Amino acid sequence: MENTFELSVTVNGTSYQKVIDPRTLLSDFLRNDLELTGTHVGCEHGVCGACTIILNGDPVRSCLLFAPQVHGQEIITVEGLGTVDDMHPLQEAFREAHALQCGFCTPGFLTTLVPWLEENPNPTEEEIREAISGNLCRCTGYQHIIDAVKLAAEKMN
Amino acid sequence: MTYKVIGKRVKRVEDPRLLTGGALFVGDVNLPNMLHAAFFRSDYAHAKIKSIDTSRAKEIPGVVGVYTAEDMGEAWEPGPPLVSPPPTLEGVVFNSRRQVPLVKDKVKHAGEIIAVVVAESRYIAEDAVEEIFVDYEPLPAVTDLEKCLEPGHPLVHDDLDTNLAAHLVQNKGDYEAAKKEADLVLKRKFKLDRGAAAAMENRGIVVDWDQKNQHLMVWDTTQSPIPIRNGMATRLGLRTHQVRVVAPFVGGGFGPKIMMFYAEEMVLPWLTMKLNRPVKWIEDRKENFYATTQEREQVQEVEMALSKEGRILGIKQKIIHDTGAFDPYGLTTPLNTQSHSMGGYDVQNYNSELFVVFTNKIIVTPVRGAGRPQGIYIVERMLDIASKELKLDPRDVRRLNFIPKDAFPYNHEIIDQAFVELILDSGDYLPAYEKALEKIEYDKFVQEEQPRLRAEGKHVGIGVVPFIETTGVGPYEGARVAVEPSGKISAATGVGTQGQSHMTSFAQIIAEELGVEVEDVSLVSGDTAEIHWGTGTFASRGAVVAGNAVLAAASDVRKKVLKLASKILETPEDELELGGGLVRVVDIPEKSISLGELAVLANPFRGAVEPGTEPGLESIKYFGPAYGATAFGVHGMILEVDPETMMIKIHKYIAVEDCGTMLNPLVVEGQIHGGVSMGIGNAYYEKLHYDENAQLLNASLVDYLIPTSAEMPHIEVYHENTPAPNNKLGTKGVGEAGAIPVPAAFAQALENALPDFNLEITETPLSPNRLFELLYKSEE
Repeated sequence: MENTFELSVTVNGTSYQKVIDPRTLLSDFLRNDLELTGTHVGCEHGVCGACTIILNGDPVRSCLLFAPQVHGQEIITVEGLGTVDDMHPLQEAFREAHALQCGFCTPGFLTTLVPWLEENPNPTEEEIREAISGNLCRCTGYQHIIDAVKLAAEKMN
Repeated sequence: MTYKVIGKRVKRVEDPRLLTGGALFVGDVNLPNMLHAAFFRSDYAHAKIKSIDTSRAKEIPGVVGVYTAEDMGEAWEPGPPLVSPPPTLEGVVFNSRRQVPLVKDKVKHAGEIIAVVVAESRYIAEDAVEEIFVDYEPLPAVTDLEKCLEPGHPLVHDDLDTNLAAHLVQNKGDYEAAKKEADLVLKRKFKLDRGAAAAMENRGIVVDWDQKNQHLMVWDTTQSPIPIRNGMATRLGLRTHQVRVVAPFVGGGFGPKIMMFYAEEMVLPWLTMKLNRPVKWIEDRKENFYATTQEREQVQEVEMALSKEGRILGIKQKIIHDTGAFDPYGLTTPLNTQSHSMGGYDVQNYNSELFVVFTNKIIVTPVRGAGRPQGIYIVERMLDIASKELKLDPRDVRRLNFIPKDAFPYNHEIIDQAFVELILDSGDYLPAYEKALEKIEYDKFVQEEQPRLRAEGKHVGIGVVPFIETTGVGPYEGARVAVEPSGKISAATGVGTQGQSHMTSFAQIIAEELGVEVEDVSLVSGDTAEIHWGTGTFASRGAVVAGNAVLAAASDVRKKVLKLASKILETPEDELELGGGLVRVVDIPEKSISLGELAVLANPFRGAVEPGTEPGLESIKYFGPAYGATAFGVHGMILEVDPETMMIKIHKYIAVEDCGTMLNPLVVEGQIHGGVSMGIGNAYYEKLHYDENAQLLNASLVDYLIPTSAEMPHIEVYHENTPAPNNKLGTKGVGEAGAIPVPAAFAQALENALPDFNLEITETPLSPNRLFELLYKSEE
């Protein structure tokens, strides 16, 4: 590689130093270099929201960032929210409410909603619809996702 | 029958992995030494290739190879026909023209593949694609369904002297005689346009040829792993045991992922065997619009003859169905349109002439609904228009025409997509329809709410539409169920999952039968190493065909368990019960043996077994229905039109469904919700805009609008249960149901909301712009 970038980044609490092609998309870096394949790529033009990650506390689309843009910063991906044996209350609520079918868009919904729920602990249905309106889901019609968010808010309060 | 596990709202066993980022999708497969493919696709929809220059692409460091059709040599051959034409109809014309791996001489739709680059990374492969130069001779594109059969029209396939892909006539009774008796004969023309399935996961395939083992490993986002395995083996000159296809978690299918073989599925296996290295290709969203199959484009001329009471005396129909550039999927989709053009009504006279045409657009194969929404659309629109003409309540017209409960099984006397007679197995339509009217509070709305809101200047309308869904067609599916020495259950079926909850719903059937917890059942649903026979996930048939195969296998294992336990416990079988992973003596619960212990005993390492016995507690069983199980439903909505922006707000949405026995109501409701969202897209947001050059103008999720949470209403789902008589579980499919009636209900509600306009909707999808145009026209 003629041109490389030495990237330092903290992902899910672990620090990584990697030498990468500077044009590597953050989504590809997470998926291929760190093997964190829970971040899914659905459109690569910032519309579907499947690739959403939490960057310094805010949800952002990893397909719209080059990996070097997150140098020195902190990222949480879906793998950092909970584990199979110890799920985040929102993950538990998604399961209880059947808020996922194929599950491809789900990581993006979770990473959008976890920071949002911290700021909006008692959301109304309208507010939830607004909050997730930038994430596309083709399976659920969003209804069970909305149910899950309400349920999670109850669990977390 | 009372069930303990079947029919319960069981939480899904697949969820924890999906929720924590640990589930394997095809895009997640990364192998050592793996290469990446990227495709050079035609910008033109119809053009002769004069020359291809790949020299600069080949010079890019990291590029391993660039290949065109010529390089494939004898390995170049079109894909196999996926569904054969119907053999049972006289006079059927079917011109089979199938997609090719790499275009040789003439491009037939934009997005067809001309060359493939293989490189050390996808980034490099895409760089190289940019350096490929193709000299084209553009040709006039075939896009117009109505004109494309005229003499002298440009041809998609030069070796045919026509753009006709297929022609057939289906007839029931004597329409012309019925017409003579009619008080009203209505004629209308309908235009049904294209949409995309737009699964959130694009397609993808990873292939790995192991030279030493002479084995090909394939991960594919297919809905149909076993036929892909069979076809790949045949194409590559291998035996089926040399190919293993895994469809792991698949991120939504909705039909196009059953299409086979896509060009990429023909090219990638050839590449890995040629290069002896793993090769990966993941479709991007733009490719998904240009290369993944689409559906719904038809022009229909429909005639309906009615009595003055609103009784349907007959329906005559001419369908022109666009199959795109090729017709690998045969006649499935337009046959479904015919199967649904009489809806759930007792229609004695039906004459339908079908023309399937080639155009220079993307290939058409089923998309959730698969021809059914078009059939329901025309019959329901015609009934709405007839009700107005005859000054009848549209509800009474439906009530009058429903197939009565005692007429089932009801033979529609035409053939369906499975090439067998369209027999509606069972149903009880009227109570479901009445329930829908009650739940949406139809009377209250039209008598109180609507006048009040209209007085406030609001444009609100109601639409309620019943529909049938033919589901659960053959040929067959299989299942393998086995008790492991641990006492846990392993199971497999060839019906892959794209979100339909197979790992849970099928586990519920097994748990019910074997007295274990759902969590103790591990079901694999898309791996050819786990089961040898099967077809795939399509036509809303998983719960019916695979579900009943799972039941048959689990029942057989139960028999084996009881037989062995009876011997060990020295108790007659009818005094034993299964529960908690044990077989117990009913009256002496402490006298028991675990399934695990039985599994060990059933597979001894030494000693003699009785002649004629099989080892293990395992069974493989198949289920193949003679004909399908037909579901029924009614959807209703109340919507409001903003007269300034033509934007729509759906205030209330109800769905009454009858899919017979539900395996898991949570899953059924999820299927309805998702189907409705696709239906709302089909009604008002999702239209693929092709121009006169057959160029797709809105090939991105920015421009092709799939409903978001802001457009979706809250959906109330209600259940009716008329169990299917021809399968033990009594299940009927529900996977496509949600999408089927929505455009028809939407049109009815829109007309109802805008009574001051002379609005008659005969097309779908609409959009705010299109509605504005229609209203403007109606005022002229």
